[in-house]
Amino acid sequence: MPHKTFLAFILPSLIVMLLFVALPIASVVYQSLFIEHEQIMTEVENCGPFGCTVERRVDSQAMEALRSEQPAGRFNGLGTYFNSGHLAFERIGQIWDRTETWGDFIDQVMNLPFYKALIFTLAYTFIVTPCVIVLGFFIALGVNAIPGLIKGPVIFFSLLPMIVTPLIGSLVLYWMIDSRGIIGSALQVIFNDPTLSLKASPTLTWVTLFVYGIWHSAPFAFVVFYAGLQGVPRDTMESAMVDGASRWERVRFVTIPYLLPLATFIALMQLMDNFRVFEPIVGFSAEANATSLSYLIYSDLRGSDSPLFASAAATSVLTTIGVIILLMPVLIRTWRDFNRKA
Amino acid sequence: MARSANAKPLPLLALSVGFIVIWLIAAAFPFIWTTWGSFKVEPDFFSRSDWTNAITGTQTIRQTGAPFTGAGYEGAWIQQEFWKSVINTAIVTLSVVVISLTLGTLGGYALARSGYRYTFWILIAALIFRAMPHVTLVSGYLLPFFELGIWGYLPTTIIVLVAINQPFTLWMLHSFFLSIPKDLDESAMVDGCTRFQAFRLAVIPVMWPGVVTTGLFSFLLAYNDFTVTSMLLTQENQTMVPKISSFLGSTQAEGKVMYAVAAVVSAIAPLFVLVLFFQRQIVSGLTAGAVKG
Amino acid sequence: MTKMLLSTAATAALIGLGSTASADCAIEGEGSVRILANDFQALNAVVSRAAECASDTVEVTTNETEEHKDIQVAALSTDPAAYTVALVANGSLVPLLNEGLTRPLDDLVAEYGEGLMDSQLVRVNGEIVAIAFMANSQMLHYRADLLEENGIAVPETYEDMIAASQSLADAGVMADQMSSDFLTYDSNEALPYWEAEEVALKTGWGSRTAAFIDENGAAPEIAAQTKVAAMPSWGDNDIPATTLWWDGFTMAKNISDEDAAATFQAMMYALSPELVADPETAALAAWLVDGYTPTPASEGVFANVEAGARPYPMTPYMGMLHTALGNNLAEFLQGQESAEKALEDAVADYTTAATEAGFLQ
Repeated sequence: MPHKTFLAFILPSLIVMLLFVALPIASVVYQSLFIEHEQIMTEVENCGPFGCTVERRVDSQAMEALRSEQPAGRFNGLGTYFNSGHLAFERIGQIWDRTETWGDFIDQVMNLPFYKALIFTLAYTFIVTPCVIVLGFFIALGVNAIPGLIKGPVIFFSLLPMIVTPLIGSLVLYWMIDSRGIIGSALQVIFNDPTLSLKASPTLTWVTLFVYGIWHSAPFAFVVFYAGLQGVPRDTMESAMVDGASRWERVRFVTIPYLLPLATFIALMQLMDNFRVFEPIVGFSAEANATSLSYLIYSDLRGSDSPLFASAAATSVLTTIGVIILLMPVLIRTWRDFNRKA
Repeated sequence: MARSANAKPLPLLALSVGFIVIWLIAAAFPFIWTTWGSFKVEPDFFSRSDWTNAITGTQTIRQTGAPFTGAGYEGAWIQQEFWKSVINTAIVTLSVVVISLTLGTLGGYALARSGYRYTFWILIAALIFRAMPHVTLVSGYLLPFFELGIWGYLPTTIIVLVAINQPFTLWMLHSFFLSIPKDLDESAMVDGCTRFQAFRLAVIPVMWPGVVTTGLFSFLLAYNDFTVTSMLLTQENQTMVPKISSFLGSTQAEGKVMYAVAAVVSAIAPLFVLVLFFQRQIVSGLTAGAVKG
Repeated sequence: MTKMLLSTAATAALIGLGSTASADCAIEGEGSVRILANDFQALNAVVSRAAECASDTVEVTTNETEEHKDIQVAALSTDPAAYTVALVANGSLVPLLNEGLTRPLDDLVAEYGEGLMDSQLVRVNGEIVAIAFMANSQMLHYRADLLEENGIAVPETYEDMIAASQSLADAGVMADQMSSDFLTYDSNEALPYWEAEEVALKTGWGSRTAAFIDENGAAPEIAAQTKVAAMPSWGDNDIPATTLWWDGFTMAKNISDEDAAATFQAMMYALSPELVADPETAALAAWLVDGYTPTPASEGVFANVEAGARPYPMTPYMGMLHTALGNNLAEFLQGQESAEKALEDAVADYTTAATEAGFLQ
C-alpha cells in the first residue's frame, strides 16, 4: 500500500491517539523530570470559627512570579525515579548496610512503598492471568457441549462478571463477603471457624482480590475461546477420531493447538490489564493490606489536598516500562511474524 | 461410529454439566442476589445482624408493610432522575462505538495491508499507549480542558474514550483484517477500483463479524467507565456509573444506597438484550479469526 | 455551544425546583452563579437553596460531586473560572489559597453580609477568604442504656474507653473489644453494626451522627439511647483527640464583579435562618449560621470545642503528613511492625512528598 493511501486511512485514528494519548504521555514523561519550586512561606494569622492561630502558608504571589519564569518547576532529572517513594536505591543501600541476613534484607526492601506495591502487582498478574486462561478455556469447553436452546442464557450469565461495572464489586460483593454477609457466613460454616474474616489478614485479603480478579476476567477468556471453538476444523477433528484418539487426546492435540493464538491474545490483554490492577483494591477497602502500582499513582494524585504530579508521573512511566517488559515475548513474536509477512 | 465416539460417556457428561452449573452459580449469584435485594430496604439487604433478613425481608415488612418494595427504583428513576443519565450513557456509548469502529476499521485495514516497517512501530506505540494508567491521563486533561472551555461536555468525554480505546480497537481489527484474504480487495483493485472503493465494495461486506466483536468491547469500555466520566462530566451530563456512585455520595444517606442497588440492576437489563441480540455475531466474529495475535 | 448548554442547565434547575422557586431570593443585578460542591446531605441542602435564586437575570448551575477536590484547582484557575463559588472545608481551602485563586470577600460581606455572624468569617491576615457555615469533628458515640446498666461512666480518655469496653465484654454485653476487620470500616459501615446492637462505644464524624440518633430509622429503640460526647483524650493531654473542621464557601478570583455579587447574594440567601428552620435540615449538621439552635447531633462538636480541641491546621503540608501517616500506620495497627518502624516509614513517605512539593530541601 502506498504511503499516501496508508496515511489517508490511518490519519483520523492517529490524530485522536496523538492528541489525547501521546501528547498527555509526553507531558507526563516531561513532568516526571521536574519537582515543584522551593515554596516561599510567610507567617499569617488564620482566624475562623474556632479562633485564631498563627500558621505558615505559601506566599502565592511570590510563587506566581517563580512559576511564570519556569512553569514546570525545578529540573530534577531522574531524581524522582530514584527517591524513596520509587526505586529507592539510596534506602536499599542503607538497608543493605544495616541488615545481617538475606531474609531480613528482602523483608525490609519489600516494605518500601514501591516494592511493596510491585510485589502485589506481580503476584496478582502472574496468578490471575493463567487462572483466567485455564478457567475460561474449561468454561468454553463446557458451554460448547450444552444444547443450543439454553446456550443463549448460559452465555449471558457467564458474561455477567465482565460486563457489569466494577462498582458493583465494591458495593454488593464487598457486603456479601463480609463476615456477616451471605458468602462470609457460608465460608465460616464451611471452614468451621466462626471468627474467619476475609478482611482481617493480609493473606486472606490477597486471596480475596485474586479470586475477584479471576471471577471478573474469566468471561473475557471464555468468550474468546468459545468463539475459537466454533472454528476448530471439523475434518482434522474427524480424522483424529478415525485414528482412535481419545477425547482428551483430541482436546490436547487438536483443540489446544488451534486455540493457542487466541490464548496469546488473551494473555497479552490480561497481562496488561492485571498489571494495572486498581479498582478492586479501592472497592474492597484493601489499601491496608494490598497496594498496587496504579494505587500508588491514585494515592499521589488524589490522596492529599494537592496532587503530586511528578511522583505520579514517575510511577506511571515505571508502570508502562513494566508492561513493556512483560509483553516483550509477545512483541518479539509479532516482530518476527511481521518480518515474515514483509 | 463417529456418532458413538461423539456421545459423551456419562461420568464426563456429569462432570462437564456440574462444572458449568457451578460456574453459572458463581457468575450469576451476586446479580440474582442483588436483583432480589433491590426490592428490599437497606437494613435488610445490608443487614449486619442476620443476612437471612435479606431473604425474609423482616425490616422491609416492618417499614413498608409488604415483603417487597419498589422504593429503590422509585427513588432512583423518579426522584433522582436516573433516566437522564441513561440518556447520557446511550449517547456516549453509541457515539464511542460508532466513532471507534469507523476510525478503527480504516486504521486497522491500513495496518493489515501495508507491508512497511512503520506499521509495526505504530502497533507497538498503540500498545504502549494502552499501558498508561487512565487515572494519570485524566489528571493531565483537566487543566487544558478547562482552559479551552470544553470540560464537562459529552463530546469531550466521547472523544477521550474513543482515543483511550483506539489502541485496543486497532490491534483487534488489524489482526482481523489479516485473516481476510488479500486477494479479495486486490482483485477488486485490478478491476479498476481505487483502494477506498476496494475497501468499501469488497472488504466492508465481509468484515461485520470482527467489527461486531470489537464493537462489543468498545461498548463495554464506554458503558462501564468511571475514571474518565467521573472527572470530565458535569453533574447534569453524568452517565450512569458516576450517577450510581453519586447515590452513594461521600457519606451515604440512609435509603440512598438502595437507589444505587436499584440503578445497578436497571443498568444490567439493557446488557441482557444486547448480549442475546449480538450473541451470534460476537461468536462468529471471533471465529473469523479476529484475534490471532 | 457553551452558552446553550449552560442555559439548558439553568432551565433544568428551574424546572427541577418547580413550585418551590420562591420570590424570596431577590438578587440585585444579573449574573451567573456556578457552584462546585462535595456531595453529601447537608451541602445538598445549602446548594439546593442557592439554586432557588435562578431567575430571568440570574442563572444558577451546580455540580455536586465527590471529585470536587480534584477538579477545583483546575476549574478555578481559568479566566473566567468555571465555577464562581466552591464549597470547601478547612483542608480543601488550602490548595486554592496556595495558588492564589480565591477572591477577598471583605467588600461583599460589607455590602450583602449583614446576616453573617463574626464567627463565620474565615480570615487570613485580616482578609476574609471564606465564609464558614457548619462545623464538624469526630466525637464519641455511646449507648447510654448499656453504660448505665453496667455502671460505667461516659469515657473521657482512651484509657477509660478501653477499660469500659473490657468491662462490657466481661459482663457479656458485647462480644469483643474490637472487630478484627477494623481496618476496613468507614463511617458508612459503622451504622448497621450500631443498629444491630453490636457496638456500644464508637468514635465517628459528627456529620454522620444524625443517622445514628434518627428515631425514624431502622432501629428507633437504639437510636433513642444513642448519645454523643466529646472525643476521649489520650495520655495526659486533657484535650479531645480530634481536630475541629468547618465547611464553608470561598469564591473564585477570576470572575466578573457582577457574577461575584450575584453569587454572594445567592449564598447569603442559602444560608439565611430559613435554612435551619426546617428541623430535618437543622439535624444534619452543627450549623454555624444565624438562627440555629443546637441539635443533639451537634452536641459533640460543641463539647469538643469546650474541652479545647484544636482546629485542623490550615498549613499547606498538613495534607501530605496526613496521607503519609494514613498509608503507613496500618501495619503497626495490625501488629506486623513496631511503632518505630511504622513511624520511620511515615517520615520517609512525608519527606519524599514534601521534597517534591518544594516544602523541604
